[in-house]
Amino acid sequence: MLGETEWAIVLLSLRVALVAILVALPFAFVFAWILARFSFWGKSLLQALITMPLVIPPVVTGYLLLVWFGARGMLGGFLNDVFGLTFSFRWTGAALAAGVMAFPLLVRPMRLSIESLDRGLEEAARSLGAGRIVVFLTVTLPLLLPGILAGAVLGFAKALGEFGATITFVSNIPGETQTLSLAIYSLLQSPNGDVAALRLILVSVVISIVAVVASEWLQRRLSGGRA
Amino acid sequence: MSETLIVSVEGQVGTFPVAAAFTAGGGVTALFGESGAGKTTLLKMIAGVTRPAKGRIAIRDHVLFDSARGIHLPPEQRRIGYVFQDARLFPHLSVKNNLTYARWAGRRSAGLSYDRVVALLGLEHLQPRAPALLSGGERQRVAIGRALLSNPALLLMDEPLSSLDHSRRQEILPFLETLRDETGLPILYVSHEIDEVARLADEIVLLQAGRVTASGPAEAIFSRLGSHDDAGALVTGVVTASDEAFGLTSLDIGGQRFQIAKLGFAAGTKLRLRIRARDVSIARALPQAISVRNILPAKISAISGNDGPDCDLTLDIGGQTIVARLTRKSASELALKQGEAVFALVKAASVDRGVLRG
Repeated sequence: MLGETEWAIVLLSLRVALVAILVALPFAFVFAWILARFSFWGKSLLQALITMPLVIPPVVTGYLLLVWFGARGMLGGFLNDVFGLTFSFRWTGAALAAGVMAFPLLVRPMRLSIESLDRGLEEAARSLGAGRIVVFLTVTLPLLLPGILAGAVLGFAKALGEFGATITFVSNIPGETQTLSLAIYSLLQSPNGDVAALRLILVSVVISIVAVVASEWLQRRLSGGRA
Repeated sequence: MSETLIVSVEGQVGTFPVAAAFTAGGGVTALFGESGAGKTTLLKMIAGVTRPAKGRIAIRDHVLFDSARGIHLPPEQRRIGYVFQDARLFPHLSVKNNLTYARWAGRRSAGLSYDRVVALLGLEHLQPRAPALLSGGERQRVAIGRALLSNPALLLMDEPLSSLDHSRRQEILPFLETLRDETGLPILYVSHEIDEVARLADEIVLLQAGRVTASGPAEAIFSRLGSHDDAGALVTGVVTASDEAFGLTSLDIGGQRFQIAKLGFAAGTKLRLRIRARDVSIARALPQAISVRNILPAKISAISGNDGPDCDLTLDIGGQTIVARLTRKSASELALKQGEAVFALVKAASVDRGVLRG
């Protein structure tokens, strides 16, 4: 059904989106936790910063990534020298762009579920002898899992479909940075590419639906009889 | 009674100041007061959830908080079982895993055996269920069991029955009585329900606007509790005989025979009766041909109420206290005075009882 190149595009897209979400998730959780549990000076500024990728044009985000994480960018040079991590024109750059763009969508559902968690349950757990860390692992985290999962699925869908920041930051290189969205775009630009484009469009729709259905199923399982 | 819990704290929650000092002994100590009197704040301070500004909290020799020495143990190190108004069962765990939480997450060895607690609270058939599928009363029983299985040195109960309707309360109260009588665990019981206090408390601490205004044995404090209509007294008696044909139980109260319209107590059982002030009448002379079954010689130890339509008489009956509410006009017509001997009339049908340990 799908040709070798098409499979490569699908696998590359999945890799980019999965890596983006897996790396971004812990950071997003920490920020969601800080925003939900603490009040401090500059909190609204932090919140605005996190929401940024959602509101500024993706092309601008891509450009800023190029400036900061490009080969001669401040952070890009540092990460290259210290960890040997290169972003420019590599799939890792596509993952970075996808992760940054998905970040606000990861934070929001997690923040909401942390805020709506009954803190009395943590109080009860501590009165039963469990220390902070044990309470987090046995009560807080299990109860937040549905919210974390919701954030992850939303972020994954966003990462999979990311276009503007990616093409600006790492360009459209087949086999390296050409994800599903970019491939569909290229095919639509070329004459006679419509049929091939349609096949990729179908694939991306199927992936999205599978992700959403799987997450609904997982959420039901995680929340047991509660939901 | 030995002092188990010693509390002397000052602190502020929001704009609400709390300054309270009291001790609690072995059995049930009721912390009684209106909503907003600071009961829950005080419990949170004892549990370690809220930090008092200064003072000291200790269970026997174990110091939980001491501002002078900079001691403030975290909740998990206090060995205090906390039963909340809303049961706060962990919704992602089965009843069984809730009950054993202190063991597997808190590393607490159970003082009471699991099987005993399950039997005591009637939880056998609930174990595999999810908390969401329990009734309010069942949830509260599981919460009590969970707290008991954390091997606590003290049990805090914050209005554990307040979220339940009347019939559910009646379902749980016997469990609480069993708990009190069989475990010997000191319990600090917060309530503003006078019925619960009458039934459960050995000692009462009265809290008003963040301050302790009275404390002592339940019988001594009880007559000061409650709203106008609820006012009354607690007396203790020993069952002497039962009249099966008429459904009456006779007790000995300070050498006097006292009958109540209830059955099912073995001779020798100690019973505590709650006698409402408005159910007690006074006669100057021994009445003849009257339906009231309890006519007790009494001495007026105090008369209160100089305005308003009625007044309360504090009466001494063989060393125990009951309160009678009369209209001020009746008191005036009978020319009742402090120190005089009268007869107190109490209908057998009007008495609430709570069982004390035998």
